[in-house]
Amino acid sequence: MNTFPIIRVITKVLIPYILLFAFYVQFHGDFGPGGGFQAGVIFAAALILYGLVYGLPALQMVAPPRVVEKLIALGLLIYGGTGIACMLLGGNFLDYNVLEHHFLTELPAAIDFLPGEGPHHFLPEGQHLGIFLVELGVGITVTAVMTMIFYAFAGREPVA
Amino acid sequence: MMNFIVIPILLLLALTAVTVARIRNLWAAVMFTGIYSFLGASWMLILDAPDVAFTEAAVGAGISTILMLATLSLTPRKRHQDGHLQSDDFDEKPRKKSPVWPLLVVTITGFALIYGTFDMPHFGSPEAPIQVYPDPSFISKSQHDMHGLPNVVTAVLAGYRGYDTLGETAVIFTAGIAVLLILRRAPNEGLKHADQESEVVAAANLINQADENSDGELTQEADS
Amino acid sequence: MTMDQFLGLYNYWIVIFLMMTGFYIVIARENLIKTIIGLNIFQTSVFLLYITMGKVTEGTAPIIRNGGGHHEEEHGAAEHVGHAALGREVELGHSVSDVSAIQHASYLENTNPPASPPLDGLADATATSGALEQNTHIVAEYQGVIYSNPLPSVLMLTAIVVGIATTALALALIVRIREEYGTIEEDEIIELDRNS
Repeated sequence: MNTFPIIRVITKVLIPYILLFAFYVQFHGDFGPGGGFQAGVIFAAALILYGLVYGLPALQMVAPPRVVEKLIALGLLIYGGTGIACMLLGGNFLDYNVLEHHFLTELPAAIDFLPGEGPHHFLPEGQHLGIFLVELGVGITVTAVMTMIFYAFAGREPVA
Repeated sequence: MMNFIVIPILLLLALTAVTVARIRNLWAAVMFTGIYSFLGASWMLILDAPDVAFTEAAVGAGISTILMLATLSLTPRKRHQDGHLQSDDFDEKPRKKSPVWPLLVVTITGFALIYGTFDMPHFGSPEAPIQVYPDPSFISKSQHDMHGLPNVVTAVLAGYRGYDTLGETAVIFTAGIAVLLILRRAPNEGLKHADQESEVVAAANLINQADENSDGELTQEADS
Repeated sequence: MTMDQFLGLYNYWIVIFLMMTGFYIVIARENLIKTIIGLNIFQTSVFLLYITMGKVTEGTAPIIRNGGGHHEEEHGAAEHVGHAALGREVELGHSVSDVSAIQHASYLENTNPPASPPLDGLADATATSGALEQNTHIVAEYQGVIYSNPLPSVLMLTAIVVGIATTALALALIVRIREEYGTIEEDEIIELDRNS
């Protein structure tokens, strides 16, 4: 792709926004459309775009295969670990109610713009934290799997 | 009331599917599949499923197309001496058999299914079984359980159906590992070779012995 | 066949047409990649089938508009009932049966907000069918807004991502088949297997 300067420049401009959008979809997934599956796919799409335009070696310097293949397992571990943590705290597997906590969740009065009597809870504790962690695990696994699959196909030498 | 933009989208969707079925060049077919996914995603958006719509756009039109193109570049019909490929290297082989039988099977199945739809609840009906069964619905339930998590899809996905999603994530994990296992090996050390085959037999023997013997002996076998 | 029936069932027919096109590609073509493309088309048509079932007339995407201005004003009373129920629910310590009973009660109070246009239209529809004359409530409705069913979205969301993972697995197998047999045409592969 060295002969297409327009594609190279446009890609470099676009990739930060694609990554930012992926993070938005990941962490805003409880409020708007989105979640771990979508964010993982969008994040991987940004990486794959970089790999398509700048070549596989350039992408493998950004996301080394050794790290990415460990992330495949890490995401699933975060998901399962959330379930185990719930059990250790005395609930059922993936019963997020036991993750209830009250620190860091009260909205400060300065930015409390919600209607009605305050103080408002910024994050509704247990359920919200559990869903956040689970979605994070899903996002990591999906990103890593999609990127590794791209590596496997793109790194394959064609035979006659 | 109907959203009339849905009519051209559905016509294009049907047209694209037929084009994919008719076209011989695989590059073109893969591109049409991407278009098909985009049109499907547009319809999903009209059907009030934004989450699914943009997953379908990212997966169907983006990653799936890239993977298919990568596969195509590895599987041309023939490879020229100088390594250059032409677009007709990706044509399907012309078929000798007539398409009458498959068409007949498909038509009969299709009409049987259409006959079955006459008992289906009408489109958008609020009395359809799917709309009345969990009562109160997941929407009002999640507003109480989740203390007002706005996106009900996320709430059901990670909350009520958390076990299910864990399973789905495990399936993706497994598929990823399987792709790596299949494609990591270099092309010329295939199972065809005799030494490879004996290696497989040896591995099978090892597993059999492991079933019968204790762990200590297994490590001895592996060392030798 | 009436126009009513056509408008009520056209979505299934489109889906069946797409499904059969995919099915045709799978059974009529011998190129392995083309077969996978056919399977993908079939798969997408199944996603569309589920999503069309979740749609409710006059409904909107299942993302609750809360904390906003106009709902607070329009259905203030209903919201207060809901909040009161929520408070009681917390006091009761999440006992399952109590919670669901309160949910249902507060839910029923929420269902007849003053003069909400979409609900009126649907109430007419159900009245003509005569199924639910008394205490009409639409399950898909929450605080005066009708939402489409989130469950098909959830199921299809995971199915799409699992689908691409399994498609990648199939494509990897095709790459290996091409390397071993030198072709991806089904009949040639069978021929090679017979001769070996």
